[in-house]
Formats: sequence, structure tokens, C-alpha cells
Amino acid sequence: MTALAALIRRDIKIALRVGGGALIGVLFFLTVVVLMPFAVGPDLALLSRLGPAILWLGALLASLLTLDRLFMADHEDGSLDLITMSRTPLELACAAKALAHWLAAGLPLIVATPVLGLLLNLDMVATGAVALTLLAGTPALTFTGMIGAALAVTLHRGGLLMAVLVLPLSIPVLIFGVAASQAAITGPLSFGAPFSILCALSLVSLVIGPFAAAASLKHGLD
Amino acid sequence: MSLIDLANPTRFLALSARVLPWLVAATIILLTIGLYQSAYAPDDYQQGATVKIMFIHVPNAWLSMFVWGVMSVASLGTLVWRHPLADVAAKAAAPIGASFTFLALLTGSLWGRPMWGTYWEWDARLTSVLILFLMYLGLMALWRAVEDPSRAARAAAVLTLVGALNLPIIKFSVDWWNTLHQPASVMRMGGSTLDKSFLIPLLVMAIAFTLLFVTLHIAAMRNEILRRRVRSLQMMQASRVAFSSDVGTASRQESASKGVA
Repeated sequence: MTALAALIRRDIKIALRVGGGALIGVLFFLTVVVLMPFAVGPDLALLSRLGPAILWLGALLASLLTLDRLFMADHEDGSLDLITMSRTPLELACAAKALAHWLAAGLPLIVATPVLGLLLNLDMVATGAVALTLLAGTPALTFTGMIGAALAVTLHRGGLLMAVLVLPLSIPVLIFGVAASQAAITGPLSFGAPFSILCALSLVSLVIGPFAAAASLKHGLD
Repeated sequence: MSLIDLANPTRFLALSARVLPWLVAATIILLTIGLYQSAYAPDDYQQGATVKIMFIHVPNAWLSMFVWGVMSVASLGTLVWRHPLADVAAKAAAPIGASFTFLALLTGSLWGRPMWGTYWEWDARLTSVLILFLMYLGLMALWRAVEDPSRAARAAAVLTLVGALNLPIIKFSVDWWNTLHQPASVMRMGGSTLDKSFLIPLLVMAIAFTLLFVTLHIAAMRNEILRRRVRSLQMMQASRVAFSSDVGTASRQESASKGVA
């Protein structure tokens, strides 16, 4: 237990300090959202209608941007080999690393959401709904993305290949995340049903992700 | 003759060479019968002649999921039993499955145009099949990205098993989300709702397409085994050439370093 806590603390520290790159995600998120009004035009009514979708898309791309650092840096300096050989089960170590990555790179996105919602002319309820769905949905993005990160590190190919592998898996999260926030803002449909499915997706990926990532690390590293 | 006897690629090649002509003949005969029957099936009272797209669309859609199932079993073979032919089977199946999925999407959209008035609709069944197609493409990209086949095989096996979660979502999407695509009508509790004059050609076509997949799969596996043999022969040749020239330079370098020392 202490080993896992130490791993989480170490990963968060590395991510937040100079060269860690966790906050690059927030900057990227901000840039994507600021670019949107240039693409669709500064029509406030249109922006507030598209707002949840823009925020979700930005968060998805931002979390994908930082994911390839999840194992790559540890693989380069050799600490990934130590983690694989240690007595802690590799599945738990993977889960701890993903949790640390979510705390360092995922939570700042959610904290930034109210500010960005202001830029997109979203009111209090809408911003709250988007932030809540992001809070429930981004763990799923991190934990499924971890599978792609583990595959990429064993193949010594990062970047684009990981995007190709991970993006199809994240489509359901995007669908239900946007559906839940739209339901809270305008929709005749209830907020509860898509939000529960979103939570279920996160819980399922919490179980599948560490096992798949650990399997690909075990079989792939040599 | 058990599955483990086929682990020897030479034995597999010999056996498949004997089986393959019979499979080809059976596929051609069944496809001819199925196409003939579907051409002479009666028109639907609502849909008219367009209902005949079903005889192509439905077998393709079934096969698109069946092939991923085959690949999942083969991936278990790679990761758990370390069966030497499992990764060959998984690799050979991916492009065939992608083609079936693409044909299912294509015929579906051609059928959707006159029936629903649109080529594409973001409904649950269509979206989940599109995800399946994208995952086939991702898997093929993964196979192509890595040179060492055994390393690529293990990575692809993990991804295939993760992607298998999509199969039940596709199967039950029409029951869970009540959308444009019609619910299951052939394989369901309480028997099929399809009339016999449609059901029989459909089943013949389904068997014919399955045989077509088996034939193509075995042929592709044979190609893959032969391709790997060519590759290893080329590697041996290259290493022999490199070694013979290496001995010359190495001995020269050795004498040079001795001279320095």
C-alpha cells in the first residue's frame, strides 16, 4: 500500500514540476476552446448551444495529448523495468500510475472548465453540468488511454499510432458525456440515464484498463 | 488430429492444401444457390425489390462480428497457450473482417437511402459498427507499424481482446436504444419473425459467406506462413553475407587494435 502511495506521490511530483508537462494539457484545452469561435463565428447563441460539445472535445484531445508520457518517460530512464520487476502486482502499479496521471493532468481540466464555459457563453447550470460530466467521464479517458500508452511503449512507437488505437475506444465516453450535459441544459430527456452510463463506462475502464495495460507491458517489454 | 498437431506450420500447409480445393468448390456452389434463391425471392409488400439487399447486408454484418470473435479466440491462443499459428490466424483475419464490415456499412447505407431517406444516421447500431470498422483499421495499422511479428502479435492480441467488449454492444444496441435500425428478427427468443421465403435464402447466404470467410482465411494464413518463411530466408541470407564480410573487417580491426595496443 505504501509502495503504491509512494508511486502516486512520485508521479504527481514529476508531472507538476518543470518538464513534467501535466499543465500543457490545460494550455492546449484553452487554445482549442479559444480557436472554436474563430472557426464557427462569434455568435453567442450558437456558441452556447455548441458549448458542451466543444468543451468535451477539447478535454478529450487534451487528455490524449499528455497520455503518451504515462509510460514513455519511465521507460526511457529505466524505472518502468523496476516497476515491472517489483513485488507490487503490475496491475495495481498501472492503476496507481493512471490515477496519478488523472490527478495531475485530468483534474486541472475540470478546474479550468468554469473559466472556459464563461468564454463560450454558458450559464451556471450548463457549466456545472459539463464539469460534473467531465469529472465522471475523464477517468474513463485516462484508463482506456493507458492501454494505448502501454502498447505504444512496448512498440517504441508513440504519438499518432496511439491516437489511432485509443480514439475509437473513447467514442462511447464522448457520446454519453455530451448527451448528459445536453440533457441537463436543454433536453427533454433526463440527466440521470446518460450520466449513469457515463459512470458505468468509467468503472468498467477502471477494471479493464490496468489489466490490459499490465498484460501488454508484461508480454511486450524484454 | 488435434489443434496442437497443427502447430507445425508444414503440417498445416500440407493439410490446408488438401482441404482448400473442396472449400473453394463448396463456397462457389453455395454462393450460386444462395444468389439464385435471393434473386427469385418474392418482393416485400412494403419495401419492394430493395429487400433483396438484405441477403447481402445481413451475412456481411454477421461476419463482421464473427471475424472479430475468431480473432479474439486466436488472441487468447497467442497470449495464453502460445500456439504458434494463433498470431498468423489473427493477422490474416483482420483485413478480411475489415472488408466484411465495410461491405456491411456500404450495403446498409444503400439500403437506408430508399427506406429511411438517408444514407447515414447516427443511430446506436450504425455507430457501434463504425467503431468496429475503425478498430479493424487501428489493428491493421498496429500490425504494419512493427517489424518483429511476434512482438506485434502480443500487442495486437491485447488490443483485440479489449475490442471484443464492443461485440455485445453491437449485438444488443438495437434492443437497448430504440432507434432507426430494426431490432433482431432472425436470432431471437420465440423464433424468427421472418417469413420462410426470405429466411431460407438468407440462411443459405449466411452459410455461404461463412464458408467464403473460412476459405479466404485459410488461403491468407498460407500466404502469411510462406511470407514469414521468405522473410526468415532473406534474414538468413543477409546475415550470412554480413557475417562473411564481417569476418574480414573484424579480423582486420582486431589486428589493427592489437597494433595500437
